[in-house]
Amino acid sequence: MKTGFSVFLAAFVALGASWYGLVYGPVKQLGGAKETTILQSSDKWPLQRTGDATLGLQIYRAAGCAACHTEQIRQTGAVNVILLTDLGVHQPADFKEFMKSLMVVPELMNYSNTIVGNLENWNGELPGTLYRGDSGDAVSELGKRLKPLGIKTEAGIVARGADIARGWGYRQSVAADYLYDAPVQLGSLRAGPDLSNIGVRSPDANWQLQHLYAPRSIVKNSTMPAFRFLFTLRKKMDGQDAPDALVLKPEFAPAAGYEVVPTAEARQLAAYLVSLKNNAPLYEAPFTPITAAK
Amino acid sequence: MNENEHSNQGGVGAAAPTCAAAAAHPPVETCVSKIDASCRVPLLALFGGAALWLVLGLVLGILAMMSFHKPDMFADCAFLTFGRAQAAANDLLLYGFAIPAALGVMLWIFSRLSQAPLALPIVPIAAANLWHGGVLVGTISILLGFSTGHPWLEYPRAAAVLLFAGFMLVAVSAAATMGFRNHRELYPSHWFLFAALLWFAWSYGTANLFLVSNHAPRGVVQAIIDWWLTNNLLFVWLALAGIGIAFYFLPKLAGQPLAGSGYAVFAFLTLVFFGTWCGIPPSAPVPAWLPTISAFAALLSLIPIIAIAIIAMKTVWGSGTACMGGPFCFIRFGTLSFVASGILYVSEFCPRYSRGLDFTWFNFGVTQWQLLGFAGMILCGAIYEILPRVMQRKLPFAFLAKANFYLFAGGVVLYVIPLVIGGVEQGMKLRDANIAFADASSAALIFLRISTTGQLVILLGALCLLLNIFVMTMQWKLGLVKTFVTAVKDSLVEGSAYQPLPCDKEAKP
Repeated sequence: MKTGFSVFLAAFVALGASWYGLVYGPVKQLGGAKETTILQSSDKWPLQRTGDATLGLQIYRAAGCAACHTEQIRQTGAVNVILLTDLGVHQPADFKEFMKSLMVVPELMNYSNTIVGNLENWNGELPGTLYRGDSGDAVSELGKRLKPLGIKTEAGIVARGADIARGWGYRQSVAADYLYDAPVQLGSLRAGPDLSNIGVRSPDANWQLQHLYAPRSIVKNSTMPAFRFLFTLRKKMDGQDAPDALVLKPEFAPAAGYEVVPTAEARQLAAYLVSLKNNAPLYEAPFTPITAAK
Repeated sequence: MNENEHSNQGGVGAAAPTCAAAAAHPPVETCVSKIDASCRVPLLALFGGAALWLVLGLVLGILAMMSFHKPDMFADCAFLTFGRAQAAANDLLLYGFAIPAALGVMLWIFSRLSQAPLALPIVPIAAANLWHGGVLVGTISILLGFSTGHPWLEYPRAAAVLLFAGFMLVAVSAAATMGFRNHRELYPSHWFLFAALLWFAWSYGTANLFLVSNHAPRGVVQAIIDWWLTNNLLFVWLALAGIGIAFYFLPKLAGQPLAGSGYAVFAFLTLVFFGTWCGIPPSAPVPAWLPTISAFAALLSLIPIIAIAIIAMKTVWGSGTACMGGPFCFIRFGTLSFVASGILYVSEFCPRYSRGLDFTWFNFGVTQWQLLGFAGMILCGAIYEILPRVMQRKLPFAFLAKANFYLFAGGVVLYVIPLVIGGVEQGMKLRDANIAFADASSAALIFLRISTTGQLVILLGALCLLLNIFVMTMQWKLGLVKTFVTAVKDSLVEGSAYQPLPCDKEAKP
């Protein structure tokens, strides 16, 4: 560090290395990414957004929604689940006896306590959980043994973690999810809930509009600011509600003779929110939508 | 330190030229009045704007937080909605205040260390105007909804071009001042501050070329580049600039040499080589090698933080200098803040802790600590130390400068500590899916109430700074007018009014 040049060189090499690793590297690895295929399907992922939803992403950006909302789901691993969906001709009591006799099978021996415990808590309702745990072998073994008896089961992988348990998504977010976002707005603060899956949780655009206009009319102790500037307050024409006027609870409704209609921006933002989904299993983030078995 | 004593009348402070500069000591500067005078207008331009942006940034930050205290307050006011006002406030603190103020201090330190007047003094004046113009354009754009949507890179292209041009011009002047130095030996501040010049230009340039262009890379790469930029500005750049400045002032104010130059080399190299790899959060939806590298780099970044803490402590220890709310207080507090906020910042990249700290107010609090508690403190201290010298007049309100310290210190503690604690609590609640989300987020509200009080206290401190700089500028401008009028009068009466500066006489070898 005796000359200016040596200082320059040290800084240049240090920053250059991190530029190579954290800018150039990811651009090479991911910059040319293309859409992927949904697991066990020929459908492409991510879905192309509608025109309104694409414009809505820009409203989301302009209003700075990402300051309080993330769009990324974390998971802490996954768990194998096998559900009993149909007993066929068998009675629950017989089935329990049969299962106990199965516990000598080497693949199941280590999990016998869990499985028997599950069975004892099971009151005969379908679907019932046979096993839920780390072992994929136990799941496939159970399926294999029960199939010849005409007992139907459904096996699957379920993601684990607080985000999943809150119903914010089915699996962790992965790089492929953001292919069509420009800009990508992951967010870094959850002053409000995660929105990766809001299109599945609240698929009704009118719900979204009402929530944007008066968040506390829907969620009582919400801390979200109201976005009334995305709506127009106007006099009713001939005393009639316009078809797109918001239906609001009395304490949030405007004065008599007036109505609240969403602007184009509000509609686009709602379309964008409805387009946010995290419900496709991918190779790098698998899950089985077993809830469909109900 | 006699040569540094404040002087009311121009240039009395010039001391006999000596060249007895020890390696660990900032060189003893000669003919400081001439050097200081050469910095006057560029520094005023940089500091004045910075102080104004600091106040505006804090006001916007308070207005933004009002959304949490009264959610419908700005429901009909698009440009003050939280997402816009908070982004504008953050950028005002970083781009509006911290960077131009640090550049001003850097120019002055470079010319002092070089024992030469500022090279190309007209260039940084133009640059300051470009820079502040860029900040103005950027802030208005964000408030109108034209932000780019990338955190800490919200300014749209028009503003970014102005900022970049302004920075490069300052860098030319700073590098020239450093290159044409009379005292050849480099001092540790040189390394940190010179590296900071390269650092901003490269990282800000890269991020803008990639993200604010018509051909932005697709998908999550955008977020990765943004994380890289954020880390390199908020952690590395602020550390390079802030610690470079602290390493100049701490020994001067403590009256002791900088402890262990070998340590300083070590701290500098580890900071630039490890610090720059942090930034990718452990839970990020990106290929796993990226957060893994960041986590490892974050662990190693503890080394420079601890090394800097040791150097600063040994330099200050036993100096017996009472600070009494003066610049020494500011810079000691700032260095302490660097160490504390640095350790918290690094801990966010530990996968074990990040599960609880991600997506909470913790990160917000640490960032504000870095910006206001570390950079803000050190820069304000440096400004109060420098301004009387370059203006060659006393601070108009010295008591406000002291008040500024106590307000800042109290305000920063009130502002960031609740956010950090509230963040940890919020994180623990978010991890437990049995606690409803609304309960988890409303549990943080009480902490936000305290922290907004802290913001108000900091704002009062910032007003002290603005008032001092503003009144000083006005006094100086009035002085200029008076000089001009007397000169014209005198020339009408008899002969020339030119009086050689003391330096012109003394500078002869």
